[in-house]
Amino acid sequence: MANSLEARTEILRRIRVATGKSANAAAIEAEWKAIQRDYKLAASVDREGLLHQFEDRLRDYDAGVYRVTADGVRALVGQILAERGKQTMAVPAGIPSEWLPSEVTFVEDLRGDVSPIDACEGVLTSATLAIAETGTIVLQDAPGEGRRAVTLLPDYHLCVVDAAKIVQTVPEAMARLQATAHVATTFFSGPSATADIEMTRIKGVHGPRFVDVILIVA
Amino acid sequence: MSLITFDPARVPTFQVAAKSLLGDTQMRKNVRHATDVIQGKRKIVVDEMPDWQQLRESGRQIKEHTLKHLDHYLQQFEENCTKAGGVVHWARDAAEARAIVIDLVKQSGSNEVIKIKSMTTEEIGLNKGLEAVGVHAYETDLAELIIQMGNDLPSHIVVPALHKNRQQIREIFKREMNLPNLGDKPADLAEAARTFLREKFLRVKTGVSGANFLIAETGGVCVTESEGNGRMCLTLPETLITIAGVEKVIPRYQDLEVFLQLLPRSATGERMNPYNSIWTGVHPTDGPRSFHIVLMDNARTKILADDEARQTLACIRCGACQNICPVYRQTGGHAYGSVYAGPIGAILTPQLQEMHSGQSLPYASSLCGACYEVCPVKINIPEVLIHLRHKVVEQDTQGFGALNPEALAMKAMAMLFTSERRFRAAQRMGRMAERPLVNKAGWVTWLPGLLGGWTQVRDLHEMPRQTFREWFEQRGATDGK
Amino acid sequence: MAYHDWDVSNRVRNYFRNFFVDATQEHRLRVSLFITCYNDTLFPDTGKAVVQVLERLGHTVVFPAGQTCCGQMHWNTGYQEEALPLLARFVSQFKDAEAVVIPSSSCVAMMREHYLKMAEKIGDKQLIADVEDLLPRVWEFSEFLTKKLGLTDVGAYFPHRVTYHASCHGLRSLGLGDGPVTLLRSVKGIQLVEIKNLEQCCGFGGTFAVKNAEVSSAMLGEKVQAILNTQAELCTACDNSCLMHIEGALHRQRTGVKTLHLAEVLAGTESGAR
Repeated sequence: MANSLEARTEILRRIRVATGKSANAAAIEAEWKAIQRDYKLAASVDREGLLHQFEDRLRDYDAGVYRVTADGVRALVGQILAERGKQTMAVPAGIPSEWLPSEVTFVEDLRGDVSPIDACEGVLTSATLAIAETGTIVLQDAPGEGRRAVTLLPDYHLCVVDAAKIVQTVPEAMARLQATAHVATTFFSGPSATADIEMTRIKGVHGPRFVDVILIVA
Repeated sequence: MSLITFDPARVPTFQVAAKSLLGDTQMRKNVRHATDVIQGKRKIVVDEMPDWQQLRESGRQIKEHTLKHLDHYLQQFEENCTKAGGVVHWARDAAEARAIVIDLVKQSGSNEVIKIKSMTTEEIGLNKGLEAVGVHAYETDLAELIIQMGNDLPSHIVVPALHKNRQQIREIFKREMNLPNLGDKPADLAEAARTFLREKFLRVKTGVSGANFLIAETGGVCVTESEGNGRMCLTLPETLITIAGVEKVIPRYQDLEVFLQLLPRSATGERMNPYNSIWTGVHPTDGPRSFHIVLMDNARTKILADDEARQTLACIRCGACQNICPVYRQTGGHAYGSVYAGPIGAILTPQLQEMHSGQSLPYASSLCGACYEVCPVKINIPEVLIHLRHKVVEQDTQGFGALNPEALAMKAMAMLFTSERRFRAAQRMGRMAERPLVNKAGWVTWLPGLLGGWTQVRDLHEMPRQTFREWFEQRGATDGK
Repeated sequence: MAYHDWDVSNRVRNYFRNFFVDATQEHRLRVSLFITCYNDTLFPDTGKAVVQVLERLGHTVVFPAGQTCCGQMHWNTGYQEEALPLLARFVSQFKDAEAVVIPSSSCVAMMREHYLKMAEKIGDKQLIADVEDLLPRVWEFSEFLTKKLGLTDVGAYFPHRVTYHASCHGLRSLGLGDGPVTLLRSVKGIQLVEIKNLEQCCGFGGTFAVKNAEVSSAMLGEKVQAILNTQAELCTACDNSCLMHIEGALHRQRTGVKTLHLAEVLAGTESGAR
């Protein structure tokens, strides 16, 4: 758009007038690196403390929390889904088949129309990483995690997190995510929620209203 | 009729609007309750962070650095976003931004859009603009839906319907969604919104959003939210149009590690928002097939050019200053006559309007400094308020304005203070002048003119017979010191 | 009481911190009193109390006669040009002082937060240097006692039920913290009661109280209620401007509750209880 180009030139000109002479990229980079960052960067608790903190935060958000060893995932998934009464679950491509109990129907997302996903009673995924301090799970468009709509439309999300992928702090998480920064990414911390009415936190609005998390421990 | 409007041409002064709103006891009760709750939650999750002050300082420095090199980072963002399949547009002002969005919506072939809560779109009056060309915008954030259906205006940047309680919200939903039996539990109301909007999410092909952060390094955009309506709008439509002020850019992906800690704890008192979405241009088979972003100036470069006010642009729209503000606590947000209420609104609004209106806002503060104390990026709001007051005085004392009663009084006082002799004389004069106003018990209960505001609810004790300096001198004389 | 995490972030303040607690009680100081314009005119008893306390502690008080006003009202209301000469006046009157004591937290905040900037606006290099040199010797009355002299007990007696109001400028700009409360706790006979929402502004705000009288009144209403809830006989603070505003409402409402500057509480003794 010609108009937009004109606007672009004008806005950049106004900025330069406002801020004075432009610096070169190398100088700007050096200045960025000199920004003071003496906040906590790394974990201050041991592995078990980390797991506890993460579980504690998840429960705080009203998520269900389970621990299991790798060989017990399938049975636990079956048990949780049976308790929840879920018979049809969406799964993204690349979900480990050894996690899937035979008594539940799993519908793989074909990345086309979303209505088959919307029709499922829940979704089962893995995760890229998790942040203990904030009770956050990070999903990316990766095998086992899928496109964003998959974990959004179903009312229930069962997420399997490898405990080795849990970090304590937000800075640790961002450092790990840096290499895949361009991939579509969702951080979720418990079920969808709102506090718009009298600041009362209500669990569950548009995103999944119910979340369970399975931690795979060694 | 109503004093509540955000139209700069019609908006009353803060003083006038506040006076009227102070009569709305229900609203004041709602605001006090909500701000008390949110402040309490914030305090818990801030106090548990031993490095909170370090985070604030880093947040401040990142913003300061970015603003200093804003041209560089915007161009870098544009380049990377374009590479990733996004289309970047530039808008000098609100009208240009509206025109671009309207054009893009028309191109998308849709006469409806779904919207995420965005103060920037409120700032430019986008919904009205879309309505005028026959496009209906559905607000999907619960609070924004309440505002839209109630034909109301937002009163808070994070919790726009904070001035309404559950019964008032139920009445609006009952009427607008045709649900005669709707309960008034927050969960019932949220359920009603979920059902009402679900169909829109799945049907409407065009989404409109604001942005929390634009990442120059990657060309990515980050949006934080709670309900999942944001994810719906960002993910399900075929076309996504995002509008952001130019100040929303941050240098690098890594910088999110600071803001994603500061923002949720400050805004809603949560350790992390329920949802953060980060996307970069267009992702094949995931989300919209076409992505547009409008980078808007709308007076931000004017603020950038003002050294003493530039820090205003560091704001990450957390609303912590509104929640802590003792003035906002009394009046609620509508008194500020702008989508940006509270302390940040008191400095941002007049500047966004290039000091053509909103001149009463820098005075809507007791300068108590609580806003500065909680600001996650350390914007020294009192300092900017004082700076803007100076600008207002400069405007008001132009030409004959120099003869306005306040300016004359201020000049006269300044004259007294620059001479010990004149000051002493004024102290004596004051005692005499005051005498007719003093009652038998030694109190002044009525004052004329500008000072009348004082005696509306307060008495003033009479001036003592002797000033301190007179006592000190007398004492020196008698003590022989 | 919740006296913690005050943000101390002003450059003048940081620079100033290095000068804390350098004196011992043996060190007799010649204290220059800046009484402030409104204390001089409306609250002479506060000034008398300051003199009494400082002399009781063995220091000498002098009063530079040319002093008037710090310029806060003008500066904070937007009349910057009118405030500038008052800075120069203050500096000329006090630049040779060993220590300047001011019984008004907001006037001290005015100096620490704005004087350097004002001197820069004036553009006078000598004035800038003088301000930088003088500011570290300027003390709010209670911090002079707690930080400069390192005292908590000044030998006061005050047999009353008292609540303390933390004026915003003392609280946030000066970072007085629990200094004033520590002084009060050491007063013999006092019954100190904590007020709810201690950190919430009383609504004075200088010209705010007149320009936005209705909002100021609403804020004051909450503060007065909080004071009444403590059932204190009187409310004290480090700033008579807040107290004048609070006193005005306490009197109008015929509550019988009084206000008194901290210095006047600390001036009380067993021989001559105030």
